[in-house]
Amino acid sequence: MKIAVAVKSAAALDDEARVRDGAVDADSLEWGVNEWDLCALEAALELRDAAGDGEVIAVSVGGEEVGEGLLTCLAMGADRAIHIEADDEQGVLDAISVARLLARAIEPETPDLVLCGVQSSDGATAATGTALAAVLGLARVAVVRTIEHADGVLTVGRELEGGLVERLRLRTPALLTVQTGINEPRYATLRGIRQAKDKPRATVSPDALGFDEDTLAAAAASRRVDLAHAPKGDGAEMIGGDVSEVAAQIAAIVKTKVGS
Amino acid sequence: MSGVLVIAEARRGELRDISFELIAAATALAEQGLGEVRVCVIDSDPERLAERLNAPGVAEVLTVTSPNEHFEANLHGGAVAAVIAAVEPDVVLAGHTIDSMGFAAAVAVERDLGFASDVTALTWRDGALQVQRGAYADRLLATLEFPGRRAVLALVRPGTFAPAPADDGGATVRDAGVTLDASAVAAEHLGFEEAEAGDVDITKSDFLLAIGRGVEEQSDVERMLELADSIGATLASSRPLVDAGWLPPARQVGQSGRTVAPKVYLALGISGAVQHVMGMQNADTIIAVNTDPEAPIFAVADYGAVADLHDVSEALAAQFEQS
Repeated sequence: MKIAVAVKSAAALDDEARVRDGAVDADSLEWGVNEWDLCALEAALELRDAAGDGEVIAVSVGGEEVGEGLLTCLAMGADRAIHIEADDEQGVLDAISVARLLARAIEPETPDLVLCGVQSSDGATAATGTALAAVLGLARVAVVRTIEHADGVLTVGRELEGGLVERLRLRTPALLTVQTGINEPRYATLRGIRQAKDKPRATVSPDALGFDEDTLAAAAASRRVDLAHAPKGDGAEMIGGDVSEVAAQIAAIVKTKVGS
Repeated sequence: MSGVLVIAEARRGELRDISFELIAAATALAEQGLGEVRVCVIDSDPERLAERLNAPGVAEVLTVTSPNEHFEANLHGGAVAAVIAAVEPDVVLAGHTIDSMGFAAAVAVERDLGFASDVTALTWRDGALQVQRGAYADRLLATLEFPGRRAVLALVRPGTFAPAPADDGGATVRDAGVTLDASAVAAEHLGFEEAEAGDVDITKSDFLLAIGRGVEEQSDVERMLELADSIGATLASSRPLVDAGWLPPARQVGQSGRTVAPKVYLALGISGAVQHVMGMQNADTIIAVNTDPEAPIFAVADYGAVADLHDVSEALAAQFEQS
């Protein structure tokens, strides 16, 4: 079973992060593989192993930060990795343009299944997977909590608001976006980390995929024109003092508001 | 044509609240000069739902009859794309909901639309749309524009707009003129499973003690259960602890868990991700404790303390022992 997994290296802002001229200082960013994508990768590895044979290919769009992310995927057990090298100085990498880049790299692989995380922790657009399905012309189900596969038939549980689950059945080839809680992504073993370095890793530019600067910019469906700290507005009344004073105040608020 | 097109959302034969929030968002945009507001409802029995969508400010309600009893993402995307082609709106509004996650971005791809999701503010100025949404898990606020795009599809965050009143307007209801083919259905509906009831109903409690990722060890969960008990609260949780299997889904607060509105919601070690906030923002009093002074929960809370939840919980236990 051939499975492509779209993976993002996501950024978290450290406590000191400040915005200047509509951008965050690169030093304030801490990178890691997006946790939803780790769940997607884990699901892919389990499906491949259950099928007895197959290949898991991790594909990721981004700059330097992607290298380590893809090594993590290979160390966890992915067979191959493709890095679509694109830094976002132009601000043209949104869910749609990223989906178009991913599609160009994934299409020639003709996978049985494409898995994506529901969303990324930093962008949280929850759109890339569904856009990717559209570009690839694949049937799609988004936000799945369970996946079973047998002989080209997928049975999935789509997780709805309030915890309601809808069970669905569809045929491969297909694309699913995966919700956290579907599994507990494995840690890479030391052996896996050693083996990762020797697994095939391809690096490809947007140009090689048919996207020069202008066509990539045109592929983006939005343009960020400002980035700023969210206005605090009213916000919380902050309780100061040491831990026992904080606890005393909280206890007092609780007793007043809840009553006895 | 032009104007705003609202994509209503229904599930199991009932319109979801987001549909009326979207109408409110649309009429607000129309007041900024965006033209007429139309609402589209795609359902196996759309006429039954159409009357309720006839809110003040809506010019037309367009119905599309689905050959499928339930929402199916691939069919729905094709239907929405066809209605957009027929109506040619400047702005299309749908909710940032689980259903939308299955079709909206696909429609944007197919129709070459501008696209933004989880939008919390929209303005129409000089013939163009500008929206705001969170960035880096709502730590920052981004402003987006859509240069070169004839039309834009924006997904509005649920709870941003107060819902418009239902069936009070003078809209005409008509068939959108779009025929759907059952062959467009890719996933077959097998059934629904209700959320587990569990042995505790957190929606019934006046006082919830909610824990999040700040509780780093499973061994601490037991202590938190005891603490909740000793202070007269019911223990609740954000998603990560339930995903990890440390607490049952019945205790989960959030978009895919329970929605609660207790007198007091005491959140320890919860960052305030929007999917969690959706489930507790209507609590009377929200108190948040987090080591990160920039945690989004402090924007929603009434009272906050930048402190370690382990220290605070120990001190709290002592406080309640005294009384």
